[in-house]
Amino acid sequence: MMLAPRAWLDRYAPPAAAGAVLLAAWEYLPSSFGVPVLLMPPPSSVARALWAAQERGLLLENALITLAEALTGFVIGSALAVFFAFLITRSRLIERALMPYLVGFQALPKVALAPLIVVWVGIGIESKITIAAIISFFPVLINAIVGFSTIEAEKIELMRSLVASRWQEFRIVVFPNSLPFIFAGLNVAIVFSITGALVGEFIGADRGLGNLLMQFNFNMDISGMFGVLVVLALMGIALHGTVRFFHRRLVFWAEPERFGPDAH
Amino acid sequence: MAAGGALIAIECARKLFRSRSGESLEAIAEVSLAIASQEFICVVGPSGCGKSTLLRLIAGLETLSSGAIRIGGDEVAGPRRDIGLVFQTPVLLPWRTVLKNVLVPAEVLKLERRSALRRAHGLLELVGLHGFGERYPNELSGGMRQRVAIARSLMHDPSILLMDEPFGALDALTREAMNLELLRIWRASAKTVVLVTHSIEEALLLSDRVAVFTPRPGRIRDVVDVPLPRPRSAKTRTDAVFVRLADKLRGYFELDAVPNGQASAA
Repeated sequence: MMLAPRAWLDRYAPPAAAGAVLLAAWEYLPSSFGVPVLLMPPPSSVARALWAAQERGLLLENALITLAEALTGFVIGSALAVFFAFLITRSRLIERALMPYLVGFQALPKVALAPLIVVWVGIGIESKITIAAIISFFPVLINAIVGFSTIEAEKIELMRSLVASRWQEFRIVVFPNSLPFIFAGLNVAIVFSITGALVGEFIGADRGLGNLLMQFNFNMDISGMFGVLVVLALMGIALHGTVRFFHRRLVFWAEPERFGPDAH
Repeated sequence: MAAGGALIAIECARKLFRSRSGESLEAIAEVSLAIASQEFICVVGPSGCGKSTLLRLIAGLETLSSGAIRIGGDEVAGPRRDIGLVFQTPVLLPWRTVLKNVLVPAEVLKLERRSALRRAHGLLELVGLHGFGERYPNELSGGMRQRVAIARSLMHDPSILLMDEPFGALDALTREAMNLELLRIWRASAKTVVLVTHSIEEALLLSDRVAVFTPRPGRIRDVVDVPLPRPRSAKTRTDAVFVRLADKLRGYFELDAVPNGQASAA
């Protein structure tokens, strides 16, 4: 969407100005209060560290590995979650039998499983994908179950009156109707998946941003650590933005309140 | 045995619902009614009298507690595809365009795509929504949405149309226009229509016969013939026969409004 220059300015000028002020404060305030540059490096040295890491071929390569781990885990975890939600909601009995355990498991901090996964799956990229998948799985599962069960009775009756098969009922009515809920889960899962990949890399890996962060940490390269954080933040924004894009594209029809708390 | 000429034969239909506390609640006490092919019949009654339940029983969405309902001689055992259903609300799928909403029955019944598409366009024209096929339901007014629902109910060319207070949620002016619209559609499509309403005027304007229900548990108090000439129009309301019948039907409901035993005191 093209914005008029005035509207463009209205939208982007305030955050740009705030960002500039914050960066300037970060650049000059710590040193003027006597905080050692080593502990709180200014943005300029973070930028230099980023550049240096890139020149040594560390940044982009490791970022792409972490991105691939998070994204693959997210896709696998979410797809499995939707599939399992479909199976679980086929039967009221199964749903009622499993729901307390699912909610209980949902309450367990999944990163606690990471060391176990690394032991089982190894220190390669597979263990990070597994962790990212597990961590993405639950928010999508719970939301999809709620989504598949939250539907106007008349919509189901319309399908029943046409003698639709269970699969037609799911494909034509239940699944599209659940998309606002599923996207509420996906919005959470996409951010979680980066956390999952990163934690996996902390525990055991020879590549990835998590590994790079640990190396910088080992060398007390604080600027480098900040640099990795910047890259991670950009990655998170990009992934979340991608999910938001599909959310708006596919769920354009939902009432605003049904977008869930995550959308604006 | 198919009753002579009756397309829908309701014989001693009775329906009990079990409430959450386990008590059983009688929705329909004992209803018998024969509906002829291509007849337009309205069912009127106070709210909660079981008239919607009767419609759902004919549609096969509920099962009878006792008695039988036959359509074309076959006992109704579940939903069947020669019935089109119109609910009180349009029940459109908001993620589909108007055209794709109308096509839902064609998709479920796996009708041939090209002819289904042609038919859907024809139906949109019939309900006065030509050119609105690519709109989404939330871009339409309440009356237009209900027209889409009517077009959808006709998509698979059912011989029977069951309508549950289809215009109940519309404002009076739109409702009047939709009534006449429905008569035009009915003439053009030659369906048997069973329409539930609590509006006496609507029932008289539309139907060949009006079945009057008692309060719950629903029974048929009377079946009134409506010998008004067709085609009918807004002017039909001023016809002497219309006025007399409206008075008669209203009398039935005033009776209900007075609790037993106080009728003489009033």
